[in-house]
Amino acid sequence: MKREHLILLAVFLLLALVPYAAELTGQTSWTRLVGQALIYGMAAASLNFILGYGGMVSFGHAAFFGIGGYVVGILYHHFDAGTSFLGLIPGTDQMLITLPAAVIVAGLAAALVGAMSLRTGGVQFIMITLAFAQMFFFLFISLKTYGGEDGIMVRRTNSLPGLDMKNKATLYWVVLCFAAAYYLFLRRLVQSSFGQIIAGIRQNERRMAAMGISTYRYKLAAFVLSGMGAGLAGALMVNFLRFASPDMMHWSRSGELMIMVILGGVGTLAGPFIGAGVLFTLETTLARYTEHWMLPVGILLLIVVLTTRGGLMALIRRLGGKR
Amino acid sequence: MILLFEQLLNGLQYGVTLFLLAAGLTLIFGIMGVINLAHGALYMVGAFAASWVAIQTGSFWGGLLSGLAASAIAGVAVELGVMRRLYARDHLDQVLATFALILIFNQSTVLIFGRQPLFTSVPDVFSGSVEILPGLPYPTYRLFVIAVGLAVALGLYLLINKTRVGMLVRAGATNRQMVRALGVNIQGLYTAVFALGALLAGLAGVMASPIVSVQVGMGDEIILATFVVVVIGGVGSVKGAFVAGIVLGMFDTMLRAFLPGLLQQVMPGPEAQALGVGVSSMGIYLMMALVLLVRPRGLFAARG
Amino acid sequence: MKRLLTTASLLAAMAVPAFADGTKIGVITTLSGPAGYLGEQIRDGLALGLDASGAAYELVVEDDGRDPNTGVQVADRMLNEEGIKLLTGIVFSNVSGAVVPEALDAGAIYVSPNAAPSGLAGAKCHPNYFVVSWQNDSLHEASGAAAKKLGYTTAVALAPNYQAGKDAIEGFKREFGGEVTEIYTGVEQSDFAGEMAQIRDKAPQVVFQFHPGGQGIAFLKQYQQSGLLGTIPMVLSEPSYDGVILKAVGPAAVGLTGTTHWNADFDNEASKAMVAAWTAAHPDVPLTTYAQQAYDTGLLIGAALQKAGGDGDIAALQAAIKSAEFTSTRGSFAFGPNQHPVQDWYLTAIEADAAGNPVIVTKEKIREAVGDVYAADCKM
Repeated sequence: MKREHLILLAVFLLLALVPYAAELTGQTSWTRLVGQALIYGMAAASLNFILGYGGMVSFGHAAFFGIGGYVVGILYHHFDAGTSFLGLIPGTDQMLITLPAAVIVAGLAAALVGAMSLRTGGVQFIMITLAFAQMFFFLFISLKTYGGEDGIMVRRTNSLPGLDMKNKATLYWVVLCFAAAYYLFLRRLVQSSFGQIIAGIRQNERRMAAMGISTYRYKLAAFVLSGMGAGLAGALMVNFLRFASPDMMHWSRSGELMIMVILGGVGTLAGPFIGAGVLFTLETTLARYTEHWMLPVGILLLIVVLTTRGGLMALIRRLGGKR
Repeated sequence: MILLFEQLLNGLQYGVTLFLLAAGLTLIFGIMGVINLAHGALYMVGAFAASWVAIQTGSFWGGLLSGLAASAIAGVAVELGVMRRLYARDHLDQVLATFALILIFNQSTVLIFGRQPLFTSVPDVFSGSVEILPGLPYPTYRLFVIAVGLAVALGLYLLINKTRVGMLVRAGATNRQMVRALGVNIQGLYTAVFALGALLAGLAGVMASPIVSVQVGMGDEIILATFVVVVIGGVGSVKGAFVAGIVLGMFDTMLRAFLPGLLQQVMPGPEAQALGVGVSSMGIYLMMALVLLVRPRGLFAARG
Repeated sequence: MKRLLTTASLLAAMAVPAFADGTKIGVITTLSGPAGYLGEQIRDGLALGLDASGAAYELVVEDDGRDPNTGVQVADRMLNEEGIKLLTGIVFSNVSGAVVPEALDAGAIYVSPNAAPSGLAGAKCHPNYFVVSWQNDSLHEASGAAAKKLGYTTAVALAPNYQAGKDAIEGFKREFGGEVTEIYTGVEQSDFAGEMAQIRDKAPQVVFQFHPGGQGIAFLKQYQQSGLLGTIPMVLSEPSYDGVILKAVGPAAVGLTGTTHWNADFDNEASKAMVAAWTAAHPDVPLTTYAQQAYDTGLLIGAALQKAGGDGDIAALQAAIKSAEFTSTRGSFAFGPNQHPVQDWYLTAIEADAAGNPVIVTKEKIREAVGDVYAADCKM
């Protein structure tokens, strides 16, 4: 346990140094690259909680990511225009309000989707979550007030008291802190009795039900928690990118999140972050050298899946020797 | 009335295309337990190979044969090179691998054929239209597509229900372990089933190429609807794929055609149009959600 | 196979920067996926335009994959690491919505060869943001004007059920003035048999449809197959009948009417020079308006770079671009108050050439020196 703490601290410090290292080497765009990867990592980790620990393969997770993002976008839109949402809720650009709002709205959406989808399982669950995500996608693509498929611009990053959010390094550190806090939260969650029950349901749902546990309620609670995490990540992404668009919730984005989880290692804490980091870095750096970057990315993914069992985390463990 | 009939035919034609794709997917899914996201890529391979050969030789039929051959070969290559190593693995590993295959197929297509959509046209025999009812000319080619789809459905029915291979396929879809335990050459069966699935996807691609745009990524768009058909029909059931494909094709076309008009009775025109199309885009998903809530394993689930 | 070889040699050629001393220009565009040909057209047109201007330049081209996240990441690196001050190339509005503010905040200039979201055309216009192509709405207004001029009074208008589709039909209706039945299609729909049946049922005097790229190809093929081509005339706006679409559709496109801001048969020196340069460089690829817009962008940027002496003084470069002192391939060109084009629109017919393949023939000018409706909101 001691060693794990040390590694975590070292990784956190290393990540905190990224803006300095980027400045020093002149590769300043790395700050944003790592920031985006961290946010994707959060979204993938939230998916991994239900997928890896709970055995619920959701193919519609990007919907919650996008909804979280749109909450920030819509609130900023009304703040900028001086109007209010549905004539009731005034807009705002305060991060302390927008992020919780994004988390709550994403959680409500997840409760709605989960309540219906969790009546099925297996492939049917995959398809039903996908179906709901598609419905959200089609809904947002036709919202004229909020830009339709062009998306909605957030001209200024939300403000946080006492911080200069225009500064890229500051914004990066805020994201890093959120990512670290979310990682620790998931770590606690997995080890909690709630997390144990969720894992138990994955292994044998009938046994858990026989023990008198209402598995449906537990799964729904896990689904909602996971949706809230994705909503938080989406809200941060819109702050980071200063832009929200329906392609945040396109089905291919859901697929991408799933790929990040599988690539990194299903059912591991660090896996989704590693998967997100590797995939996003790979895509953007290869795109620098060739227009046909999809080909090497595809080949590399194929090699990883054929040669490792359990994604990159398994590879890291094997290289690091068995403890 | 004529309009209704025409729309029913359109739905039928869309339905058989979905069936051609879904039949292969559901067999691969049911027998090998593999989620093959790259099934749409095989549809694209069929369409590109057929169009390219048709452009070079000027013969639609030469294109048809090449398209079928190319997709079957691609299918066998995928099975031998990748899928064979993944049967024992988690579904999720298969998802990652087939996602990687989509990237590889798409980008290879760009490298070989370039980024511009290919030109294809309807073969001369079918270029006109037939007056099937007074005042209703219907494109001959679309009738041909319907005929081909129905013929394939009949052929598959005979293959699966009347032959030894078909018996193994049925047995495999019901209980995989049992077939393996019986000492059947399971590797050969798997390769054959995968090749058949790829062939059917390629056929769907060839048939669609004169109608839609032959472009990179064309398979990614239709694969979602195909999965919906497979799930509604019941994983592993070709009969289910047929029924669900036809029903879904009809349902989708009917919604698009008549829902906006119906809504216009109760609300102003443009809003009714937009809402109607929005709801019909979601239509197949809504239908899937309803079916699964009533029958969680689909209409004709092969496995008990 | 030949394609594979040319691509390989192209890659090899791109690895060695030809103009090491020129001003670096960042090109963020979409090269992957079904829309990849649009980015290809823009990249190649831009290079030819810059060549023609005689300016010393170096292009840094990168694929955005139609993804705003990737686009912003690329822009960040170009702006902050490679010190690029001039960006261009974006095809889609959803990418430019994320990238353009990024570039403007970094003090750089963005010149759009295609995407022109209305969000950046009105109150949020910016001195460093230029559009060389057109504002979306004006495309379809031209089609409405054309249909009216041809004497039609009833129309069926079809477009995908998203914002640009609704804007297209609105724009068409604004100038058409007749009775319009609106039909919206699915966002990813490729089979339009149902719509064909509806059109036949309505029997309008004219059909207007807006379906760019693959959807447009499918629509035109099916319009012919359903036997409507010979019976009901169709008016199209520019993105629904570009050269690549026509090549994929073949003879099925002959007989349609289109509206455009430029066509390959334009009788001016700049346009003739461009057509010659394109045919020499890319004999197998049709020259589309996307490439033409990028070529004009190249001419404009090239002229401005020479006038301002590179990108050392951004204010001087901005002023040089604003003055728009270049000879456009479309004849007359000027920037409106929001730095979007004020230009003429033409009626064209798609006729068969000697081999029976479709070719676009310019007929007459239908609108002169028009800007866009958002310019009034721009206070610069």
